Amino acid sequence: MKVLVAVKRVIDYNVKVRVKPDNTGVDLANVKMAMNPFCEIAVEEAVRLKEKGVASEIVVVSIGPKAAQEQIRTALALGADRGIHVETDEEVQSLEAAKLLKSVVEKEEPKLVILGKQSIDSDNNQTGQMLAALSGMGQGTFASEVVVEGDKVNVTREVDGGLMTVALNLPAVVTTDLRLNEPRYASLPNIMKAKKKPLDTTTPADLGVDIAARLSTLKVEAPAARQAGVKVADVAELVDKLKNEAKVI
Amino acid sequence: MSILVIAEHDNSSLKQATLSVVAAAKAIGGDIDVLVAGENVGAVAEAAAKAEGVNKVLVADNAAYGHFLAENLSELVAEVGKGYSHILAAAGTTGKDFMPRAAALLDVAQVSDIIRVESDDTFVRPIYAGNAIATVKSSDSIKVITVRPTAFDAVAESGSAAVEALDTVKDAGLSTFVGEEKAESDRPDLASAGIVISGGRGMQNGDNFKMLEQVADVLGAAVGASRAAVDAGFVPNDMQVGQTGKIVAPQLYVAVGISGAIQHLAGMSDSKVIVAINKDEEAPIFQVADYGLVADLFEAVPQLEEELKKVV
Ligand SMILES: Cc1cc2nc3c(=O)[nH]c(=O)nc-3n(C[C@H](O)[C@H](O)[C@H](O)COP(=O)(O)OP(=O)(O)OC[C@H]3O[C@@H](n4cnc5c(N)ncnc54)[C@H](O)[C@@H]3O)c2cc1C
Ligand SMILES: Nc1ncnc2c1ncn2[C@@H]1O[C@H](COP(=O)(O)O)[C@@H](O)[C@H]1O
Repeated sequence: MKVLVAVKRVIDYNVKVRVKPDNTGVDLANVKMAMNPFCEIAVEEAVRLKEKGVASEIVVVSIGPKAAQEQIRTALALGADRGIHVETDEEVQSLEAAKLLKSVVEKEEPKLVILGKQSIDSDNNQTGQMLAALSGMGQGTFASEVVVEGDKVNVTREVDGGLMTVALNLPAVVTTDLRLNEPRYASLPNIMKAKKKPLDTTTPADLGVDIAARLSTLKVEAPAARQAGVKVADVAELVDKLKNEAKVI
Repeated sequence: MSILVIAEHDNSSLKQATLSVVAAAKAIGGDIDVLVAGENVGAVAEAAAKAEGVNKVLVADNAAYGHFLAENLSELVAEVGKGYSHILAAAGTTGKDFMPRAAALLDVAQVSDIIRVESDDTFVRPIYAGNAIATVKSSDSIKVITVRPTAFDAVAESGSAAVEALDTVKDAGLSTFVGEEKAESDRPDLASAGIVISGGRGMQNGDNFKMLEQVADVLGAAVGASRAAVDAGFVPNDMQVGQTGKIVAPQLYVAVGISGAIQHLAGMSDSKVIVAINKDEEAPIFQVADYGLVADLFEAVPQLEEELKKVV
């Protein structure tokens, strides 16, 4: 069965984010970029499905500027077979990303589509659910376990009260949570091999999708800074402060 | 303006978060209806009818909604919601699951996890794990919004809205419920508790969390954890506080053996008072802590339990 994985290029999660002085956004100039951590988990899950003989081919898609090809190459080095780059320099919001992915899904007809649950830049947590809606597929969001059985997939989901398992008809959409797996690192020989794997390029116009944004960002500000407080000498002083100064106990 | 709030509940009781979402709806302004979808939800509908400012409670009571499957709920929400200017739900795992799906069915964007209402089309939300705060304006005809409950004070339960049954049944036939593992606890709900005590990797194992539970029992607090503690298997996933876990904003947050990574801070830095107990005086958690105690947690936590017993 064919598996499609969507990966997004985002700021590296270790980078300290800085808001631009003119409040138009965050400063991404000369900042380290990487694959969204939840997308790494998505790629890893697809590769494990292939190693188990469940998946036959892994296609990885990324929407974004030319540089997003770096993240596609990373996925290829981790074990994906083929890449599709939807190239655009415009900002692509979740609904439009879902529409682009839907059109790729229609062409590729995968049995399973795996996305991250959330981009660590926009913190949207929307694209997988929107893609599932537009493609008429079931969705297993925030997955911590994925088991394909015949024409169904059982997905265990991390939910507020604990864990919940659903069975979905295939084809289906899965979005990854942190505990699904621990992604591997790409080996040097695999990084070299990835350079020769096929990578096709297309555009939103080729796919016939209008990517005009519905949401406009009026301003971006730094959060109100919290003042560092005081150090207390011992537990007795701590409890005294909580009771008599902060009055929270 | 007419606003549809989707109630969050467990089929037997209304979640407190819903009252905060109604507060966000009041900040937008206009008529507010609440949709209660689930199975045998009579008591939930009654509770929703008491939420102050609610005009009408619509009830979709059917087995198709019993497990809140997104495929079914989103079709219902899209159909009922298309007559409204705004659709709001709490940004918990249920709302995060069905709301974007409903938005896509309506061909509109979603504004996720808002913390403030500026006007009927402009909202404030954290991005980059709370390292930046964005003000966004929606140009869609229907605004689909998830609300961070801790950012809005719950409305009072003094209302008496009319309750109306809906007979629309949406079963997409794409998914079925298989089972669940509920984390059972007698302690308060993490997301709405007034006091939270959380442990991190420094706790070393799950057994040691008992120390935190004992303190929690003295204070009537909930117990949370960092991702590292959950990943290591010390405690279940639903205890994770942070960017990708639960967002909490209690009166008092006590971080024990937690370093204070930005992803953790994203989930607790709106707490009123923060206490950190860490043996490393350089730990970043001290930069946000009102009261920091540099100490070995294995000595400090049992002492804390003893001292607290004397005063509360
Ligand atoms: C995409 C992504 C999402 C994430 N989401 C989240 C999230 O939602 N929530 C979250 O928490 N993290 C999240 N993380 C992980 C985050 O980056 C950190 O790795 C994590 O928060 C660290 O947990 P910790 O502080 O318990 O562990 P550590 O960073 O290892 O810190 C342990 C601390 O315990 C202290 N300590 C050790 N022993 C003792 C002792 N005996 N007494 C006192 N102190 C002691 C140490 O000094 C240290 O400061 C995410 C990461 C990524 C990449
Ligand atoms: N530009 C993009 N290119 C490829 N995948 C994307 C893109 N945007 C979002 N996704 C996918 O959707 C997931 C959730 O993103 P979001 O809804 O933006 O939080 C990501 O982890 C990706 O798997």
